Amino acid sequence: MNSQAQTAVVDELVPPGPFREFWNYFSSNRGALIGFVLIVVVLLAALFANFLTPHSPYEQYRDYVLTPPAWQEGGLWQFPLGTDEVGRDILTRLIYGGRLSLFIGMMVVSLSLMLGTLIGLVSGYARGITDTLIMRAMDIIMALPSLLLALAIVTILGPGLINASIAIAVTYLPHYVRITRASVIAETSKDYVIASKVSGAGVFRLVFITILPNCLAPLIVQASLGFSNAILDAAALGFIGLGAQPPSPEWGSMLANALEFIQRAWWVVTFPGLMILLTVLAFNLMGDGLRDALDPKMKL
Amino acid sequence: MALLQIKNLTVEFGSEKKPFRAVDQVCLEIEKGEVLGIVGESGSGKSVTAKALMGLIDWPGRVVAEKLEFDGQDLQEMSDKQRRKITGRDIAMIFQEPMTSLNPCFTTGFQIAEALKIHEGGSRSERRMRSLELLEQVGIPDPSARLKAFPHQLSGGMSQRIMIAMAIACNPRLLIADEPTTALDVTIQAQIIDLLLNLQKQRQMALILITHDLALVAEAAHRIVVMYAGQVVETGPVPEIFETPRHPYTAALLEALPERSIGATRLKTIPGVVPGQFDRPTGCLLNPRCEFATERCRRDIPLLQTDADGRQVRCHTPLDREGKPQP
Amino acid sequence: MFSFLLKRIGVVIPTFIGVTLLTFSLIRLIPGDPVELMAGERGVDPVRHAELLAQMGLDKPLLLQYWHYLTGIFQGDLGTSIVTREPVVREFFTLFPATLELSLCAIIIAVAIGLPAGIIAAVKRGKLTDYTVMGLSLTGYSMPIFWWGLLLILLFSVGLGWTPVSGRISAMFWIDEVTGFMVIDAFLSGEEGALVSALSHLILPSIVLATIPLAVIARMTRSSMLEVLREDYVQVARAKGLSMPLVVCIHALRNALIPVITVIGLQIGVLMAGAILTETIFSWPGVGKWMLDSIYRRDYPSVQGGILLIACLVIIVNLTVDILYGVVNPRIRHNR
Repeated sequence: MNSQAQTAVVDELVPPGPFREFWNYFSSNRGALIGFVLIVVVLLAALFANFLTPHSPYEQYRDYVLTPPAWQEGGLWQFPLGTDEVGRDILTRLIYGGRLSLFIGMMVVSLSLMLGTLIGLVSGYARGITDTLIMRAMDIIMALPSLLLALAIVTILGPGLINASIAIAVTYLPHYVRITRASVIAETSKDYVIASKVSGAGVFRLVFITILPNCLAPLIVQASLGFSNAILDAAALGFIGLGAQPPSPEWGSMLANALEFIQRAWWVVTFPGLMILLTVLAFNLMGDGLRDALDPKMKL
Repeated sequence: MALLQIKNLTVEFGSEKKPFRAVDQVCLEIEKGEVLGIVGESGSGKSVTAKALMGLIDWPGRVVAEKLEFDGQDLQEMSDKQRRKITGRDIAMIFQEPMTSLNPCFTTGFQIAEALKIHEGGSRSERRMRSLELLEQVGIPDPSARLKAFPHQLSGGMSQRIMIAMAIACNPRLLIADEPTTALDVTIQAQIIDLLLNLQKQRQMALILITHDLALVAEAAHRIVVMYAGQVVETGPVPEIFETPRHPYTAALLEALPERSIGATRLKTIPGVVPGQFDRPTGCLLNPRCEFATERCRRDIPLLQTDADGRQVRCHTPLDREGKPQP
Repeated sequence: MFSFLLKRIGVVIPTFIGVTLLTFSLIRLIPGDPVELMAGERGVDPVRHAELLAQMGLDKPLLLQYWHYLTGIFQGDLGTSIVTREPVVREFFTLFPATLELSLCAIIIAVAIGLPAGIIAAVKRGKLTDYTVMGLSLTGYSMPIFWWGLLLILLFSVGLGWTPVSGRISAMFWIDEVTGFMVIDAFLSGEEGALVSALSHLILPSIVLATIPLAVIARMTRSSMLEVLREDYVQVARAKGLSMPLVVCIHALRNALIPVITVIGLQIGVLMAGAILTETIFSWPGVGKWMLDSIYRRDYPSVQGGILLIACLVIIVNLTVDILYGVVNPRIRHNR
């Protein structure tokens, strides 16, 4: 190799900055990019639902009950993915359903993230009896299968979209609490925290400004994966009739009585589930990508 | 003919477009019964060279060599199966970390007998007898009890002795010891080295001793190869190299030895670190750390040149007897 | 080993007490009059109300109520179903074998496919096989299983007519209950076609229930295997001249399995949650469907008892896994 060629190579090999490095990692992961794009598409569709479709998700075209998708015999381009048992346009309902799913995801994640982080910070910083009590409480939540606990909470609060979100948020609380607590305990013993303490930083400053930013990476990853769990569980609750209530176009509740139509209208059964799968998959792909980019040590 | 011949061995990691060369066109030769020391700082490619020899570099690492011959057999041409017959039997290796080199799930007895089973077969009781014999040879007290022990029940020194027993189980003709004492206490280090050298003499094995400890090599080795950033920078017999180092890097390493600095108030050090993937300089790889670096060193890559006396050095201005650079 | 056991059990007891507190307060947190909720009667007259209040001990202080609840649990008394007037415990354990059969079958499928898939993906890291396995398992992990069940019914039952849609066995057969496992009972009955019928009823729900555990096991096995393959002792084993398949099977697998076993154990919770959905779709008469039906019917004593029993089951399985972990890993076995 001559020396000039070597110079050219050297120029490219400058160590990248932190954000650049993150983006390089993230975008080199094809799955993560696909997930990201899918999420953006669903998000845009949800935001501009009014402009994307001429129908209302609740309008019942009684003359067109159970119309098959447009490409099938008997299908109409007016209803590209067909209509359901009361003649509502399925595509429209799917687009509007994205709003609900993303809303649930956002609500669940922000609730459990904020509460979980706060409890975790308290637990990890206070230690002692407070810590033990909190961690035992989290063990109890972990001992119950998430859907079962969500069912129990919905039983208390009554069915509905908001209540379902609260129930799901509670079931995922322990993840955030444990991550935050573990990071806080690991960080508090480090020199920079001791240094900050010695220089007279108050508890509030210590916890929120010194310690918290250092446990952000795993929390971001967990939050992204939390989105997918929330959407999945909310759909399951909707499916068994304890989540979003009809006639709201939530994807899970659209499937609630799909079993009746399984013999004659496959499109009623197929499309809502496909949307759930794709959206959840997108969040999982992005979560995996984020994990690899932010913290290669974290596994599953 | 030399027992092992390596010519222009290169090991690359990373993407095809921007590869990182961990080992860069290394040439090595070792005769039967010879002790060769490979010396260099961390990250100089010593261990990677050894692993490439054992066939332990996996995708995405890439190993290329012009010549890789053991006892006249081409290691690159042969099938994986043939190569595995040689590795472990004719060429064996001892690793740096004895505590993590033994599988925590199996007894030491199982792990020693395993090496015997692959290459020599024999009955269970024969293998057990042989294992006991090996443990005695490496100086382990109460061998029959140790055979039943799990790795976490052993100390570092003991584990390394077991690793040695495992490596010499099939009477290898070439033993590679990759920093065999780095992870051990100072008192244990000398014992392990003595053990290795005794075994080497008894069995007339060739021994490649990889280390960053020049003092160790001075006592043990016949010849030295000094590596820097994946390249061989100087080779030669031990006495000559210690007497008149020709490469500035070798000279600097020698000056950093406490034994050489008697009377000095401070030990000499080499500023900086071995370049990594992102900070490889142009020209001679040592130039940012070399006190004699010239414009030419920063521009052109020096080649490994063989002197009339058989010593090799990779420098534009090798040092003379007084340690002055010769243009 | 003994102190290790004690320590594990010591952690379990507070969790158990916590769960009883949770189920105890469940009934008291549901809006409405607890007497009417528990008795399943509405608009009872005041005399009857007072009578029931005393009968159920709801007039006593809360702490005493809890004490009665706790002692009741230890005597195997979890109350009586409002709908059937049967003890909740009996109802639960009548239906439990069906759920157990389904879950066992699912976990067998998940392990039998997930483990090899994860190993192969790890060994072929970065190759097409790896991407395929990981892509499929992430899809499985993201699967809304109630829809997956519907899809399989659509394909295999409606489309191809291969499998029945619901139940545990064709109505043609009347099988005596011996073990409670329909497949075994059908086999023991010796009736022609009974075993095939039981199996064909079992296969689709098992696949549906296995999906998420399978994906989790495959992913976990892969990452654990990759970690172990980087260990020094794997290099040492290869340096001995062992072939890659041998190194993987002898040296890597055993170490890689240690975390995987924990993960398999943790799937019990996933299975129980999945059972609620799967059993509902396939009309499988197990505890999952029973729990959901109880919620629909406002049969709160059953809901309360069901949650407690399932939670206990999960706790016990997790404890067993913890102990098993100690047995597999010699370091824990010896040191503690």
